[in-house]
Amino acid sequence: MKDKDTSKADELRELYRELILDHARSPRHFGKLTDATHSAEGINPLCGDKLKLYFRILENGQIDAACFEGSGCAISVASASLLTDTVIGMNTSDALDFFAVVVSRLRGDVDANNGKRAAIDLGKIRALEGVKEFPSRVKCASLAWHALNSAIHQDSQAVSTE
Amino acid sequence: MTHSAKVSILTAEPRPIAACRADFPGLAQEINGEPLVYLDSAASSQAPNVVIDAVADYQRHDHANVHRGVHTLSHRATDLYEGARDAVQEFIGAGSRTEIVFTRGTTEAINLVAQSYCRPKLDAGDKILITHLEHHSNIVPWQMLCKQTGAELVVAPIEQTGQVDTRQLIELMDDRVRIVAVAHVSNALGSILPLEEIIQAAHHRDIPVLVDGAQAVPHLSIDVRTLDADFYAFSGHKMFAPTGIGILYAKEALLETMPPYQGGGDMILEVRFDGTTYNELPYKFEAGTPNISGAIGLGAAIHYLNSVGLDEIAAHENRLLAYLTRSLEGIDDIRLIGTADNKASVQSFLLGDIHPHDIGTILDHQGVAIRTGHHCAMPVMDFYGIPGTARASLALYNNEDDIDRLIAALAKTKEIFA
Ligand SMILES: Cc1ncc(COP(=O)(O)O)c(C=O)c1O
Repeated sequence: MKDKDTSKADELRELYRELILDHARSPRHFGKLTDATHSAEGINPLCGDKLKLYFRILENGQIDAACFEGSGCAISVASASLLTDTVIGMNTSDALDFFAVVVSRLRGDVDANNGKRAAIDLGKIRALEGVKEFPSRVKCASLAWHALNSAIHQDSQAVSTE
Repeated sequence: MTHSAKVSILTAEPRPIAACRADFPGLAQEINGEPLVYLDSAASSQAPNVVIDAVADYQRHDHANVHRGVHTLSHRATDLYEGARDAVQEFIGAGSRTEIVFTRGTTEAINLVAQSYCRPKLDAGDKILITHLEHHSNIVPWQMLCKQTGAELVVAPIEQTGQVDTRQLIELMDDRVRIVAVAHVSNALGSILPLEEIIQAAHHRDIPVLVDGAQAVPHLSIDVRTLDADFYAFSGHKMFAPTGIGILYAKEALLETMPPYQGGGDMILEVRFDGTTYNELPYKFEAGTPNISGAIGLGAAIHYLNSVGLDEIAAHENRLLAYLTRSLEGIDDIRLIGTADNKASVQSFLLGDIHPHDIGTILDHQGVAIRTGHHCAMPVMDFYGIPGTARASLALYNNEDDIDRLIAALAKTKEIFA
């Protein structure tokens, strides 16, 4: 009984790690970027998450600034906040590699990426990996990343998790 | 046509309500290692054994198409299907079985009225009057109709408590309003609308009224004739029956004026290439092979509800709702959404600034099933300026232990977010 309770509690703690709660409570780079060159909206109709991400991308492909606004659950907000922290300073092709790796790891398929991508260290983004035990929340964690992908490709459509 | 399977709703002794939980096999399971606490019946209710068995028995022994075979099985299927219609008629107090149309659910029933009753009558500049607390299925069909006809959708406001502002609703009933479409009970807020007053006022101005009864039917006893509703729509799956079956009740005089909603088999008397004669009521509105097993399940659910007793159910749920509300109020940082005086079976709430979806995940992890989000009532969420709520909803099988488990699970949620 004790063990069951402990491992169950651990699963929740894995999902709602301190780092996640911290970013959910005080999201970094929150707001609108007035001189954004790229932006995209992400919508998760299931829980009503709605985020808009803004990027300023230089001509050499470097992501110079990133911001987001909107509202959502702790997981989706923390994920967007961590995303902005992570991609500032990257160039877009590295950011796209990162996107691919994050999305597949959140789904739990570790082997989906090989070669260069397999070597990518997710750093603090690993804090999101707790969602693996909560299939209904994978969409929340990956929402901002899909928006990043579509912003870089400059799709004008809002991305939806559905 | 006579139907021998007309079923009696008279039963012997009412069953004690506390014994009913054992009738629902879906409740007897563990979720994430904890006994399930099911507080999401407003989205869809669990089914009792008698409903599951009625559907299975029909599929095993009595299945054939209805209204068309001379053989024994087709007779049996027809008798069972039509017997369910009789049960519905008695259950809601309709004057005639011809006024009971089987649909896929509330949504289809409302679309049927919009397209078949309203559309031929509407001119540009006519109005359709609804309220701010409607479910999307009592909004979108009217928006579509407005696009088709140039009519205008008018929305009556609600108060902070989540009750409709009846005075304003009545003031909005001017001579361009062609139909008033209102919920009986709000699914997001639980408010019970003062239907008699609304319907009287509308009829005073010769405006027909459609009632979305999806959330009312399993909780209140309905008498469409006392209410004098012109149309009353509801769904089987919120009253212990299967999904995919629902009812449109409509006054016969109105059904008579309406063209068919869909064309096909069963809704015709005679088809020739130079013209088709439609079938009599209600078959004119039931094109194609219907959901026979769903209707039979709905009939069985009605017998079940009657065997427990609608008054007993309402009394039990009201007691529980009071206990739920009181228990929630005992939590710091709780904000109740939907606090009308007259309410049924649901309580929406927010906990601090924790997003409802996070609450839902943490509760599910402890075996407690609630609904989180906008509850298909986005305008209600906009009214309160919130993205969504957590909602606990009750049915006859819930008890105080369920609520205690909910409260404990919410305490845990706060702990994680502390
Ligand atoms: C008030 C209300 N109206 C309409 C509906 C739609 O019912 P259905 O999806 O069964 O057609 C619902 C169900 O969620 C409801 O709660």
